[in-house]
Amino acid sequence: MLIKLITRAWQRKSGPSTKSSAAAQSPAATQSSGAAGPSAAARGLLALLAHEVSYDIRASVRNPRARFFTFIFPVVLLVIFTGVFGHGTTIIDGQRVQLSRFYVPGILTLSIVVAAYSNLVVSITTLRETGVLKRRRATPAPPALLIAGQAIATLATVTVMGVILLVLGKVAYGVGIAPAALAALACTAAVGTLAFACVGYAVSGVIGSPESAQPVVQATTLPLWFLSGVFIPTHNLSGALHTIGTLFPVEHLAASLQLAAIHGSFASAISPTDLLVLAAWGVAALAFATWRFSWLPSAATA
Amino acid sequence: MTAKTSARSVASMLTNSLDAAVAQCVAASPPQDQHDLVIAVHGLRKRYGGHEAVRGIDLEVRRGEIFAFLGPNGAGKTTTVEILQGFRRASAGTVEVLGADPWHASSAWRERIGTVLQESEPEPGLSVRECLQLYAGYYHAPRQVQETLALVELAEQADERASALSGGQRRRLDLALALIGDPELIFLDEPTTGFDPSARRAAWGLIAELRALGKTVFLTTHYMEEAERLADRIAIIAAGEIVAQGTPQTLGDRQLSSTQIAFALPRGTELAQLPAALAERASTLGEGRVALASTRVAADLHVLSGWALQHDAELHALEVRRPTLEDVYLQLTDNDRS
Repeated sequence: MLIKLITRAWQRKSGPSTKSSAAAQSPAATQSSGAAGPSAAARGLLALLAHEVSYDIRASVRNPRARFFTFIFPVVLLVIFTGVFGHGTTIIDGQRVQLSRFYVPGILTLSIVVAAYSNLVVSITTLRETGVLKRRRATPAPPALLIAGQAIATLATVTVMGVILLVLGKVAYGVGIAPAALAALACTAAVGTLAFACVGYAVSGVIGSPESAQPVVQATTLPLWFLSGVFIPTHNLSGALHTIGTLFPVEHLAASLQLAAIHGSFASAISPTDLLVLAAWGVAALAFATWRFSWLPSAATA
Repeated sequence: MTAKTSARSVASMLTNSLDAAVAQCVAASPPQDQHDLVIAVHGLRKRYGGHEAVRGIDLEVRRGEIFAFLGPNGAGKTTTVEILQGFRRASAGTVEVLGADPWHASSAWRERIGTVLQESEPEPGLSVRECLQLYAGYYHAPRQVQETLALVELAEQADERASALSGGQRRRLDLALALIGDPELIFLDEPTTGFDPSARRAAWGLIAELRALGKTVFLTTHYMEEAERLADRIAIIAAGEIVAQGTPQTLGDRQLSSTQIAFALPRGTELAQLPAALAERASTLGEGRVALASTRVAADLHVLSGWALQHDAELHALEVRRPTLEDVYLQLTDNDRS
């Protein structure tokens, strides 16, 4: 059902995103659709959720910063890393594999963290400090819906990015993934996305201004790309550096996505321990976010 | 806006919105119904740590009226509004808005309320029309998007990116977003702050139209002129307390009924050296100027000029005038601050 919602949201999105041409010929059409039928809220909670998700996706797709960091940046990194190092080999889970097989799940990890954590931190902080969250909270829409909408929009974004990276990996670099492993990868990606979204909510709660959101995001993610087996295989790291990496959730997401790239069966392509660690981060962050989350701009709370 | 288009938009609204039509009938009946209170606040207090921002205020707002809540920055206006909207919890006192305590109010309660915040950016990435469609989806029985755009005169900008609108247009979009749920009660928090005079006048026209729609409007402002122009009733808050309440006609009656005599104190003289009868009514205005409230202007001036002649002093910048509502407001809010 989640999938259905996401696809519906994407279908809706594809309509209005061709805005400049639509604006020229369709005011009458949109007008009549606006007047027809009951509102999303009147059609029930699910319709309301789909409504929220479709507009959240529209907003994020039209945000140039999010568009670059979420969709273009990971593809560029994958091309560069496999181009430069792709023919070397490394060891994952005891198996010697080509580095291209390491970089596809590695960059997928980065893409998930950027879409779920980095984007949410920046956008939640901005929405809160510019009064948008407060205005939305004044409407009858349930507060949980507004948050769930963003989480689902993020899942949709990650799904699209995952497909792009996996197709690129297969077509350009011959990195195929077995169907059973693909299912494991999808599970891991979903858990990872939700966990990082929770961490994003928690972190946005302690950032006071939109200007400081971007530096905080960079400072918290950049070192982890190197320590967590995203840019450099953990096999090549010293024991101490790898241990530091494992203290943070990025390493656990990368490690379990890499399992899916080298194994063929569901059971061997999934890592329950890593999923548990990710889930624990998610739950702890959610508890913190619930305590710390505010709809009002922080200037007003002082 | 031309009178013609505004009249047409109001008319189309009324025919399209049964609620509004009913509400207007209610509003048209004389305001004798004391029980039809939309907002009832008694003994409201709000503390932030050691600082008490609101110190025991009472407010009553009746259905269909425009109520202006006037006060300088930092007087407790926004805190009070945020409590009325359910964003903050009162430290003490009772608050009832549309029959419910806003802090515990339901989603159904929010259906009946519209909010224009003091500062808020439009929805990022969405066009003007999409902003309204998004918000329309939140309500069970929203107004029509196109019609609401026409009401705030943004129909021509409907397909523009909302973040590209000018300041005044953004304010009108904010108003449209507050109206889209067809609310009974609308909060406008300093809707014209930062406007140039012509934009302010246009905004006043819009707010006056809300009255025609039968909406109850709770307006905060720090412009007395705005309150005087729009409001049925005004309450003035200063340093967390209500210092005056009434209609624009009755507000500050006592102060308005007396005439103000102002002059510069002669160099080297103190206030206390004035004749006792005048000194006890006089207050300093700063820069050596003194003002006194007078109900017997000829007699007071006679005493004053006699005193000046006797001391061989000149009364520079002598002025005799009736205070305006603006003067009353400044006097009320200033006294309280010192």
